[in-house]
Amino acid sequence: MNKHVSAKMNRRAFVIGTAAVGTGLAIGLDLPFGGPAVVRAADGSPEVNAWVVVRPDDTVVIRIARSEMGQGSLTGLAQLVAEELECDWSKVTTEYPTPGQSVARKRVWGDFSTGGSRGIRSSQDYVRKGGATARVMLIQAAADEWKVLASECTVEKGVITHKASGKTTTYGKVAETAAKLTPPADVKLKDPKDWTIAGKGLLRLDTTDKTTGTMVYGIDIKLPGMLNAAIKDCPVFGGKVKSFDEAKVAGMKGVQKVVKVGDSAVAVVADTWWHAKTALEALPIVWDEGDNAKVSSETIAKWLAEGLDDAQPAYVGNKNGDVKTAMAGAAKKIEAVYNYPYQNHATMEPMNATALYTADKCEVWCGTQNGEAAFAAVLEASGLPAEKCDVHKVMLGGGFGRRGMTDYVRQAVAIAKQMPGTPIKLLWSREEDMTHGRYHPVTQCKMTGAFDADNNLVALHYRLSGQSILFSVRPEALQNGMDPAAFQGVAQSGEAAFGYAVPNLLIEHSMRNPHVPPGFWRGVNVNHNAIYMECFMDELAHEAGQDPLAFRRKLMGNHPKHLAVLNAVAEKIGWDKPAPQGVYRGIAQVMGYGSYVAGAAEISVTDGSKIKVHRIVASTDPGYVVNPAQVERQIAGSFVYGLSALFYGGCTVKDGRIEQTNFDTFNSMRINEMPKVEAVMVPSGGFWGGVGEPTIGVAAPAVLNAYFAATGKRIRSVPLRDQNITFA
Amino acid sequence: MANLTINGKNFTLDVEPDTPLLWAIRENAGLTGTKYGCGIAQCGACSVHIDGVATRSCGVSISEAEGKKITTIEGLASGSTLHKVQQAWIAKDVPQCGYCQSGMIMAVAALLSEKPKPTDADIDEAITNICRCGTFQQVREAIHTIASA
Ligand code: FES
Ligand code: FES
Repeated sequence: MNKHVSAKMNRRAFVIGTAAVGTGLAIGLDLPFGGPAVVRAADGSPEVNAWVVVRPDDTVVIRIARSEMGQGSLTGLAQLVAEELECDWSKVTTEYPTPGQSVARKRVWGDFSTGGSRGIRSSQDYVRKGGATARVMLIQAAADEWKVLASECTVEKGVITHKASGKTTTYGKVAETAAKLTPPADVKLKDPKDWTIAGKGLLRLDTTDKTTGTMVYGIDIKLPGMLNAAIKDCPVFGGKVKSFDEAKVAGMKGVQKVVKVGDSAVAVVADTWWHAKTALEALPIVWDEGDNAKVSSETIAKWLAEGLDDAQPAYVGNKNGDVKTAMAGAAKKIEAVYNYPYQNHATMEPMNATALYTADKCEVWCGTQNGEAAFAAVLEASGLPAEKCDVHKVMLGGGFGRRGMTDYVRQAVAIAKQMPGTPIKLLWSREEDMTHGRYHPVTQCKMTGAFDADNNLVALHYRLSGQSILFSVRPEALQNGMDPAAFQGVAQSGEAAFGYAVPNLLIEHSMRNPHVPPGFWRGVNVNHNAIYMECFMDELAHEAGQDPLAFRRKLMGNHPKHLAVLNAVAEKIGWDKPAPQGVYRGIAQVMGYGSYVAGAAEISVTDGSKIKVHRIVASTDPGYVVNPAQVERQIAGSFVYGLSALFYGGCTVKDGRIEQTNFDTFNSMRINEMPKVEAVMVPSGGFWGGVGEPTIGVAAPAVLNAYFAATGKRIRSVPLRDQNITFA
Repeated sequence: MANLTINGKNFTLDVEPDTPLLWAIRENAGLTGTKYGCGIAQCGACSVHIDGVATRSCGVSISEAEGKKITTIEGLASGSTLHKVQQAWIAKDVPQCGYCQSGMIMAVAALLSEKPKPTDADIDEAITNICRCGTFQQVREAIHTIASA
């Protein structure tokens, strides 16, 4: 188990992890008195159940299967368990079970994947039950000891009391006995309105080590005898290594070995990473770049533009009425074409993984958003069975979707396999990371809106052309070839449903998949769909001569939750009152990841090209808010990420490769460019929505709509730097 | 061989003179709190103090750092008492993933030693670190909290 609250513990856990090879598991079965089996944690403390370990000193260790990458769900999940457990929050600590342990116990911890803003919403039910079940067992153990009814006992902050007899005990004292009890078949969860730990803006559990330099990220792993690897994958995606001249670098300082990794990459292994990287740069490599070397942003744009033509085949994602007939009979029509580029995740910590391979085991230490996917990658790359493999998760220096992929894990294992017995830490340079991402997909969109004589919107045609993530990443999720996720934010129903009622509607996708590998990038398809739809909604409102908020409201009568968050931002920003002199407003709304969100921005523009963002208001209805302080941070962070992409992002393709190589050409917002984000949380209950991603969708359209209000000019292409528009 | 003074300790390191200070700190001195983000002095993740000045250590060679007083995030606290910036970071729950925060904290500590009560404009000018998680508003708030203490 890798504990992440204290780095000291963390390092010790690594040592244990390495020493306890053979079993690979820190957990064992213990049959002390021939009674029922007690499962024990690494330090010998009893598991009340898989989620809860109670130490004799009353410390409660809560197991967290999902990964922490800054989004705060480690703390949020612990709050949910602690809430039901009724333990003392000041005595809570957390640890990650490993995927190997989970597989060995029939996936007792469920899904490890941490993407799609699902960390809390997809596991809240069973982790809360884990806490509640443990509470019932702990109370039962005390009641049994006192020979009273459990129903006569109460618990507060881990102290159990039997009022009639005046007896008290603590969780730490009864945990051994509780661990032997049969868990109750059913437990009742608390009504969220009675929460005292969950629902509160408690401080995160993982902060201190992040301020002292002691938090261990993948890049910081140290193992005895470890060597370091730097890697270069073919700059053109899909290309291969033809040859490389190892002799040229063999004598360079610290160099131990030059290895081919798969058929497309070469790595240098050296004593330090600096030596490995220096030698790699000096290594002559000949690539077989293949046909993809002819692809450029221009050829991609041309191909996508062809997909906007109605004559081309397309998948229909959302439809009602008859758009064609309605358009033909309309009093007035407008049309606009938008586009959105590739974006690199650019996590602050570049991709890395450390692997140790021997003939009978393979272990990996890395930051991953999906421990089980990384585990599967280790099995596949090592060729060893599950019981001989494991993945030790550490803190991620950012994820944003990138670390849900396992390419870097496979590479580390492929290198380690060529040096059995030697732990290898593979670290990508920033340049490798920028040019070998799994990019936000590239798309274009043509929208046509039609009005009747009274300026009512009677038809809307939304024709998307471009790349599908699922086609590349999860082809089994395609539905008769269609990528249902392509319609995120404009879907007929579900967790990313369209929020407007238009009598004649056609939303379709002409799928075109260039060779640049796409991936899930914070907000995923909501990013471009929200820009397209919400900016065009603004265009339609202006065409109809109506206020953008009033125009939207008329179409949202059947979507009260969408409307409620829109109204919340409008009220907070003071939409019905004039903006300050020289300041202009934009507004947007969307649904994604099960949450309803809206945003409004106030900006001023100098010389038509220098934008100052004065104010941002963002609203969300995620159903329930587990930690408002963290939700506020996720909302603000999503705007920094979304506006960085709008202003500075965009990855272009030339000769089949990505042109941007570092933060000098793929810049990111700084503190002087970012105003405070005023978060308005309006949780309406009854459903569980995500938090990390949804609000990113409204960041760009709110600012783009404000830019139109300020200048009368529409921007239909991202990033703004390509149009010489930047921050003031 | 190079002689460096890091956090008040002398290190004799087997490194070439053109090795970036960042990598000597991380790999040779073994102090991994200082992070690699870009290697081209753009992001600030590698910020340390050299003679009290916040400096991006990826852009400084060992030969330039010799004979100077280098402080990394591990040396910011006085014994077991955390530096006021670290304390404020904990009280205000600033970090998200935390990866940029060593550099952010070093930059802020240097700003505050020069300007104990920085204005928003001072902060905007001095703090140019990238934070992909977007912790800027907590950073600003925490700085003001320290300044008004
Ligand atoms: S690593 Fe030095 S500034 Fe980015
Ligand atoms: S806290 Fe993650 S990059 Fe700043």
